[in-house]
Amino acid sequence: MISLAARDIVHGWGKFVFTGVGLGLLIGVTLIMAGVYRGMVDDGKALLDNSGADLWVVQQDTLGPYAEPSSVRDDTWRRLRTTPGVARAANVTYLTMQLATSAGEVRAMVVGVPPGEIVAPGWPPFLVAGRHITRSHYEAVADLASGARLGDVLKIRRHRYTVVGLTRRMVSASGDPMVFIPLRDAQEAQFLKDNDAVRETRRRNAADPAFDRPGVPGLLAAIDEAQGANPWVNAVLVTLQPGASATDVAQAIRRWTRLTVYTRGSMEAILVGKLIATSARQIGMFLVILGVVSATIVAFIIYTLTMDKLREIAVLKLIGTRNRTIAAMILQQAIALGLIGLVTGRIAATWAAPAFPKYVLLVPQDTLAALCIVIAICVLASLVAIRIALAVDPAEAIGG
Amino acid sequence: MSGAGIRIEGLRKRYGSGDTAVDALKQVDMSVAPGEVVGLIGPSGSGKSTLLKCLGAVIEPTAGRMMLGEHTIYDDGWRVRDLRALRRDRIGFVFQAPYLIPFLDVTDNVALPPMLAGVPNAEARRRALGLLDALEVRHRAAAMPAQLSGGEQQRVAIARGLVNRPPVILADEPTAPLDSARALAVIRILNEMARRYRTAVIVVTHDEKIIPTFARIYHIRDGVTQEERGEGRSIG
Repeated sequence: MISLAARDIVHGWGKFVFTGVGLGLLIGVTLIMAGVYRGMVDDGKALLDNSGADLWVVQQDTLGPYAEPSSVRDDTWRRLRTTPGVARAANVTYLTMQLATSAGEVRAMVVGVPPGEIVAPGWPPFLVAGRHITRSHYEAVADLASGARLGDVLKIRRHRYTVVGLTRRMVSASGDPMVFIPLRDAQEAQFLKDNDAVRETRRRNAADPAFDRPGVPGLLAAIDEAQGANPWVNAVLVTLQPGASATDVAQAIRRWTRLTVYTRGSMEAILVGKLIATSARQIGMFLVILGVVSATIVAFIIYTLTMDKLREIAVLKLIGTRNRTIAAMILQQAIALGLIGLVTGRIAATWAAPAFPKYVLLVPQDTLAALCIVIAICVLASLVAIRIALAVDPAEAIGG
Repeated sequence: MSGAGIRIEGLRKRYGSGDTAVDALKQVDMSVAPGEVVGLIGPSGSGKSTLLKCLGAVIEPTAGRMMLGEHTIYDDGWRVRDLRALRRDRIGFVFQAPYLIPFLDVTDNVALPPMLAGVPNAEARRRALGLLDALEVRHRAAAMPAQLSGGEQQRVAIARGLVNRPPVILADEPTAPLDSARALAVIRILNEMARRYRTAVIVVTHDEKIIPTFARIYHIRDGVTQEERGEGRSIG
């Protein structure tokens, strides 16, 4: 027996292909939406992977340093390094800001890392060009996504930084490219005031009798100095000695430092479960809407195609075609339309994904899931048309 | 199966029940021999279409008996179980418009009924090509229906009706859209095919051009058939 569905599709291929392409663009948008979510999760995991840390030590009772602000004294790392099981501990600061690069303005996460300690956690694990930061000031390593090139000069707050190295896929949880600068510079950048504000603070301190005491020389100068310095970092990243238990070391740090410690698993749960949870729900809603729209379109198209063939269906039934053959014809056409749409959508999504400003990760599992959903939608969408086709009276072919 | 013809005795069809019941067919008696072509004529509302649907196993009569060859199809409320298979294997249809399947080429349009009956595709196509040859449209075997002239389409439709070698062919106004020459050509073909394949052909028509060609005519009025002798004019 020949395939009636295939013959009909070949006969009206233009109609099917154009409809399938239209549907494909919709499926492409759906795949992109799923890819955006996957990209957000992957950005979060990349952030954790690239930090090289086993533990994140942050301000007590905060979800820092990525999901909430966190401040830890910058000498805490010394105590942590003496904790049994800890191999390395390093300060880190994170500051998201707008940067001007040679490629234009870009939103970036400025990361402060201790210079010269390239094996310390927090440092980019590899460079694609240039070298690591070796000086204590005014050097930067930037991610390629920032648009920066070797030798570019980046202005961060008041200072200018020369890009000496480039990284790839070093991004924040929200996908912003990272720019690494020396820790001291980063601490200053986080709290640095402009000259007018500094002068105003000093004037207020001098006018305050509690600070400017004639009997306590040097107090005012000490207060000015303390207010202008920043002894805080956002977190201390810790790597463990081989064989050390992350849970046990975290427990020990919590007991002795009154700080909050996150393991890799708990930090991933914060990023995926809290930081991007709202975005994930938003994307989920879009996916549901797009699914409903796709189903409606397929149902309408299959309904229209079937209504156009009612006379032929009546003739087919009159000459003895089984109901299941007619139902299979409609169902196969609906599935073929869905498959054309899926292939078109996947191609469109693959083609369009790099053009999106944020990372879009298209994974085979999503395409496989889309295949199952598209087939399910096509089956459901064809039910109305099948019902109409099966209700056609073969007597309609005879007329009268 | 060809060679048996069709015989109808006391066929009745009632629509509805009680006070609103309508007797569309009151007393239909017909007999068409194998290889014979008869005309079925009657005014609008006389019951022609209802009779055609009963003959075509599309609707069931209320009473009466109908036999295709030696097989009883209806007998006072009893009927064969599978009307769909009956239509497929034992009744050929030719419609007013050819109603070819637009997405199948000429060969597959003709080969479709045997394919539906489970005949292998190659054998079904071989049968189809044989009939297309007999109807002088084999040269259009690979064409799509939309590429054929009206006359060619009607010949292909006749081939489709004949391909399963049914004992009876029901032709519903097969010449209505055709001019005189083409209408007579269709009747000539139906006569030739009826003789060649020993098929009984019932032609429902209003067409004055072809009525004189029938040797026997059944008139139907108010649901009652009446047999008349026709002119049986030679078509040449």
